[in-house]
This record gives sequence, structure tokens and C-alpha cells, in this order.
Amino acid sequence: MVQTFEEISASDFFYRNRDIAGFTNPSRAIFVAIREIVENSLDAAESQKIPPDVYVRLSYEAGATKETQIYKLRVEDNGCGIQPRFIPSAFGQILYGSKYKLKQTRGTFGLGGKMALLYGQITTHQAATVTSCTGDTNKIYTFQLMIDIQRNRPVIIDRKVQINKDNWRGTIIEFTLEGDYLRSMPKILEYFKQTAMVNPYANLTFVDPKGRLYKFTRATTDMPEPPKETLPHPYGVDVELLQRLISVTECPTMTEFLRYHFHRVGGITAQKFLEFNELPPNKNPKKLTHIEIVKLTQNLKKFKDFLPPDASCLSPLGEELLKTGIMKELNPEYLVVHQRKPSTYAGHPFIVEIGMAYGGGVPKTGNFVLYRFANKIPLLYDEASDVSYRVIGSMNWRRYKASADMPIAIVVHICSTKVPYKTVGKEFIADRAEVRREIANALREVARQLGHFLSRREHVDREKKRISIFSKYLPRIAEFSAMLAGKERIPDIDKLLKSVQKYGSEEK
Amino acid sequence: MGQKKSKNTVAEHKQEVSIGLKALGTDIYNQLDKGFFPSVNMPSRSTENINYDPATRQYILGERTVNRSARNIRHVKPFTQLAWAAMFSNELTSHRKTSTLRDVYYSAQAYEMTFSDQQESNNIITDLETITGFSREDFNIFPEERSAIFGDLTIGYTVPGYEGKTLNLTSHPDGVLIGPALTSSEFVGTNADKVIAIEKGALFTRFIEENVHNKHKSLLISCGGQAPRQTRSFIRRLHEELNLPVYIFTDGDPWGMHIAQVIISGSANAAHLRALNTPDAVWSGVWASDIIEYKLPTDPLDEVDIKRLYELQRDPRYQNDPLWQREIKTFLKIKKKAEQEAFSRYGLTYIVDEYLPRKLDGNSKK
Repeated sequence: MVQTFEEISASDFFYRNRDIAGFTNPSRAIFVAIREIVENSLDAAESQKIPPDVYVRLSYEAGATKETQIYKLRVEDNGCGIQPRFIPSAFGQILYGSKYKLKQTRGTFGLGGKMALLYGQITTHQAATVTSCTGDTNKIYTFQLMIDIQRNRPVIIDRKVQINKDNWRGTIIEFTLEGDYLRSMPKILEYFKQTAMVNPYANLTFVDPKGRLYKFTRATTDMPEPPKETLPHPYGVDVELLQRLISVTECPTMTEFLRYHFHRVGGITAQKFLEFNELPPNKNPKKLTHIEIVKLTQNLKKFKDFLPPDASCLSPLGEELLKTGIMKELNPEYLVVHQRKPSTYAGHPFIVEIGMAYGGGVPKTGNFVLYRFANKIPLLYDEASDVSYRVIGSMNWRRYKASADMPIAIVVHICSTKVPYKTVGKEFIADRAEVRREIANALREVARQLGHFLSRREHVDREKKRISIFSKYLPRIAEFSAMLAGKERIPDIDKLLKSVQKYGSEEK
Repeated sequence: MGQKKSKNTVAEHKQEVSIGLKALGTDIYNQLDKGFFPSVNMPSRSTENINYDPATRQYILGERTVNRSARNIRHVKPFTQLAWAAMFSNELTSHRKTSTLRDVYYSAQAYEMTFSDQQESNNIITDLETITGFSREDFNIFPEERSAIFGDLTIGYTVPGYEGKTLNLTSHPDGVLIGPALTSSEFVGTNADKVIAIEKGALFTRFIEENVHNKHKSLLISCGGQAPRQTRSFIRRLHEELNLPVYIFTDGDPWGMHIAQVIISGSANAAHLRALNTPDAVWSGVWASDIIEYKLPTDPLDEVDIKRLYELQRDPRYQNDPLWQREIKTFLKIKKKAEQEAFSRYGLTYIVDEYLPRKLDGNSKK
């Protein structure tokens, strides 16, 4: 018997395993396609600190099966645009992208957008159209592309150039795909609403196949600082990365090597670590043996005195923007937000931001309404598996005078260079001790403040009620006693009513 | 004719009630006028403060008082309701109108003084009774329940439109309702020399048919079960103003026995009121020993009956006359009870011709 082996391309791999990227069924597919393209658009605008304008139109093309239809999806943005020479690969080659550096972005592998096009191609056999201009030139390039799945290469069907008369900048993607909009509609609308909540500086427009317009208008043009690229932190390094760094480094000594290639390692820290690792400081890194490299990797994780990664590579929303976003979408009676200091898990920095909203537009569902976000992406599936859900469930809410039957919404945003997702589909955050602790501490902080608000309000309510009771009854007592005593004049009770307001505290 | 008169007592009493209500109003008014939160003191009606008073032979309230103040957030509403109830009672009595407990509850709504339920408004009326020392009937507020009287008693109405008119209480064979018009009337004259109060309407009717009022020169009263307050106070008036002895006939069971006791010694619920009881009235039957003596048809005592007997055995009202303890013991011994109708086994007239004379005779001998 002869066994045959064949190599498959990355495209082919995802073609065969599209479930892992979230394209599990026709209704999920349409939701994921919109989500991936919109997130690329938001990233494209944010990286230039441009307040994003994203226009999404889903239109009906033809029937497909009993449950599914062919739709055309068009997404326009005002982002940074893509240089024409990168367009074919950026959209026609899986695992090709601009997101392999260490900084916080929505996407991680440069996979999602291309998966959407790939999915469109395999369900409708039609080319995708990508139009883009970076704003640096006066030319707008339009490509018609397909993906050669077996070879993981873009196939250019057509290429056009237009003169950019209106100084337009951005990217327009249009392609057809098969899906089930009716079933995915609630998730899609929820997705836009929640995206608007954590991107309060974005204009989002969605026109659905029935022609209905959903518009989420920005409430501010303030934007968070874009994330900076950063060096790897010693705690997050593995042997492979270390070897690659050694092969490219120009540093002649270990001290310099550590200082120049690692995040937050200075001369003194490097010296201390090398002592700990029992390596001479002036040893040439290129001369390290394989065994020494393995030991080095292990000790990098064991050494306690590395400074924690700083958060410059992260782009959290910040308390003000989080407040703006939640106000805009939920319009609560009371809102408190809190941002934790940066923390790390396994060498990856992360920041937890939490908002807690009470009353007003927050619905009363009999349970806390939980909005989960990771790197400004709403997480809409598998809520019960998420670490936030578990933390909320394990808190003693009575301490904070709060209970699940109150109209309370909890917004949890975690941003990180590597969000600890449990699955490729970006559905929920894994229960890691460091992350759990940060979420719990942030929750306690906002819950404490909500508790103060609730007890203050309870007090004010009680006081109001008290005064209203006296105001209601004292005049009647005056009236009845005057009638009974046969007096014409009704006693003046204003002084008594005023004195009631002065007492402040309640009676025994 | 042993005509006895009691002119003016009704009018005088009405005057006192009116003064009492106005005094309460003036008190509240003056406190308010001086810039104070008005408050009133009243005897506490909690069970610890209800004591049996051997001198008056009834339950009375003890020394403990409670203060109800409009300063207290929890009191201000009931205080207002009390002021309203006093004002409303004053309107009723001064305009000589009557009302019922139910009617009070509804009337309050016209003054935007809503009570959350009937019980709340009843409680406020009881407060007003406690504070003023007058009963609700004095305020012309009556319960819905009614009992009846029949016999040779002539009354003079004082209710509006009937002033000066008189009525002899034999004029209607069903008896005359003991209602506000009757209880507010003056006694003009009677030929009766005793009052017989009967637990049930059926036997009351039988007595009228059998001419008991003539044969035994008596005023017959149907209590309709537990005698309403106005009936109890009317019985007392008959006894005090006309000097008539009072005999009470009930079923031969602990409940009947207690109906007699409440007429004699009053109830704990009305411990804040006086002049509702008739300490000299006599329970004439049906006794437990009658059940044995007359070999009456019986039912066995059930659990509740026996429990009730043990309660009564400890009740202070049952301590002063050996009759009560003797009969309680007899009930507990025979474990049987009998209704008044049980005498029917000896024929329709037996109770009137045989039993009643012997019992009345026996009581007068006592």
C-alpha cells in the first residue's frame, strides 16, 4: 500500500475547517461576515485616530435554498485605506496581514475578513470588489478578486483606476454570500448597538435587506490613544521567539540583548537577571548553546523582578469614553465606570474596564444585563461560559444593596495584546486567575459606588415620602379639628411642616 | 301600672357625647394653634392591659396608656383618621343622623380620607371610643347586626321626625328591631316585671306565639347569637332604668354559656367601654345539669367545645359564681350538649309551660 501525503494551503485548511472561524451555519455566517469586515474598518480608522464612519448595507440578491438567500454585503469606511500593491494579498491570501505585531487590535490573525470573502466565494462563486484609497495619492484603485483556494493566492479578475476628485480616503468592500438574515437579525442589530456602546466616537450605519436604516451616531470625536507597538515581555517568551531574536540581534552582549529586545528591561534588571540565570553579562548571545537557550527561556518566566508590561501597547477606552458610550446607548439613571491599572497574564498586558448602569433605559430582566467586550468587540455568544458571568454570579450583591431583579447593566471591557479567548470564534473570555481577579476587583469598586448611590437614593426617597406624608395629613388634621372645635380659622401649620424637613433623619 | 319613667337620660347622654367630641377637637386644635404636633393619650388596649375588675364585674383597661402623636410618621395617618372620625361622629350626632360601620368606611372616601380596609376604619372608631369613653352607638354608628325585642314596653322616640311619637313594643308580632331609633328612645312605661333574653330567633318567635310575654309578664329579647353591643346596653338600661330582672336562655353548650356571660360581664373587646354589661342578669339555662335532669336529646361535645370549656374555666368572669364552675364541670363530665330546641321532644309547648316557669322560679328563689 502506498500512503499519499499532500500539503494543503492555509486557505484550503480554513475552507475545510470554516467552523473554527465562526462560519458554522448560514445565520451565524452572515453575522460573522459583517462583524469581521466592520472590525477591520474600525481598526483602519482608529489606527490613524480618525473618528470612524462605517456604512454597512446588506441587500437581497436571490433565493438560494428554503432557508437561505444570497445577499450582497457592502461595507464602506473612512479608514487609512490600503496601498494598491497590498490589496490583492490583503484580501485574497489567508494569514497575510498587518496585525502580527504586538499591539492591541480587534483582529488577531488577519483571518476574519478574508474568511468572510472566502465564505462568500465558496457559497456564491462570485468575485469580491475592493476599492481603496490611502489619501496619499489622487487615485482610487478598484480590484475584482477571487481566492485560489488550493494555492492560497489572490486571483485578480479586474483592476480599475479612478481619479480621486473628492479627496476620498477609505476602503469599500463588496461581495456576495449565502446566509439567513432573518434568523441572524437580532444578533446583528445587537452587535451594532453594542459596538456603538464601546466606540462612542464612531458613526455606524446599517441598511438591512428590507431597506430599514439603523443609525448609531457618534457622541464625541475624542478617541483613545492608538496603541503603540511594543517589544515582547520576558514572561511571554518561548524558545522559538528567543531563537529568532538571537538570529537577528546585533547586540554583542547579553545585557544589551536583554535591554534592546525585551519590554521594560533596563541595565540593572538585565544584570540582576543574568546573575539569577548564572550567565556572564558580556556573553555574546549568538554563542548561546541550545541548552542555555532553553534554560534562559525557563528562567525568564521564573524571575520575579521584571517590571510588569506597561500599557502603551494597549488602547483602552478610558473612563470618559466608556461613560459616553454607555450613556449614549443605555441612557441609565446612574452610571459608574472604573478602569483598572494594567495587569498581566503570562507576559501579556491587559486592562479591565467596567461600567455599571442602573435604571433609566436599562431593562429589568430579572438578571443583571451583561455586556462583554474584548478589544472593543462585543462578545455575543456563550455568555454563561464567560469569566465575567462567573465572577458576577459569585459576588455577594446584597453587600452592595444590589440584586438581580433591579435594572442593572454591567459592562465589562478587557483589552489586551492577546485576549484570552477560549475559542478562535472570539465568543468568551477564559477563566484565568489574573483576569478573574481584575474583573472581580473592578466589579467590587463599581458595585461599592452603586451601593452608595442606592442607599443615598433610598434615603432621599424615604425623606421625600416622609415629608409628603406630613404635607398630606397635617393640613387635614388642622381642617378636621377646626370643624370639630367649631372654629372658623384653620390653624397655621407651615411652621410644623418646615420643622419636619429639618429633622433629616428618620424616626425610630 | 308599674309605670317607670326615664325622661332626659337620653338627651343628657347625647349632650355629654357632644361635649366629649368637641373637647377632643378643641384639644387638637389648640395644640396645633400653639405650633405643636398634636397628640392624644389613651388607655392601651393591648391584652396585658385588659384586667377583670371584680367591683364592676367586667373587663376594664388598666393604667397603661399609649400616646398617639402626629409628630410620629407612623402615627400621623391614623391620627388624621381619628380626627376625621371624631369630626364625622360629631356631624352625625349633631345632625341626628345614624350610620353603620360599613357606611363610615365609605363616607371617609368623600373626605379623601381613605381607609385601606374596613378593619382599619373599625379600629379607628374603637380608638375614638377609647379616647372619649363613649361607645360607637353614642356617635350614632351602628354595626349591621340587629336583634329584636317584643313585649309590653312603651317607648317615646327621639329620632328626627318621630319626636313625641310613642310605640308599644307588642304592636308588631315579629318583634321590633333593636336599632338606633329604639335605643335612642325614652322609656314611657311598661307592665312587664322581667326581661328574658333568648339566644336564638326561633325560640324568641315561639315564645311570642306561646304568649310568654303575658303569661310571665316579660319583655322578650332575641340576641341573635352573641348579643350586639347596642342590645347589651339596651338590656342594661331596661335593668337600671326600669329595675327589671334579666334572665338569659341560651343553648346548653360552652358557646351559649358565654353568650350569657358577655351580657352579664362584658367582653374583652369592649374593655375600654362601660355600661354595656348587666352584672345582675342571670343565666337561666340551658344548663348542663338541665340536660341530665330533663333527659334532653344531645350531641357529643367535640374537641373545640372541650377546649373552650377549659378556657372558660380559667376565665376570671367565671370565678365569682359557683354556678359557672359547677356547670363547666358537669359539661366536662357528661361530654354532651343540647340546643334549646331539644325540648321539642316533649311537645311544642313543654318549654314554655313546664321548663320556663320552673327555671324562672328557681332563679327567683336563688
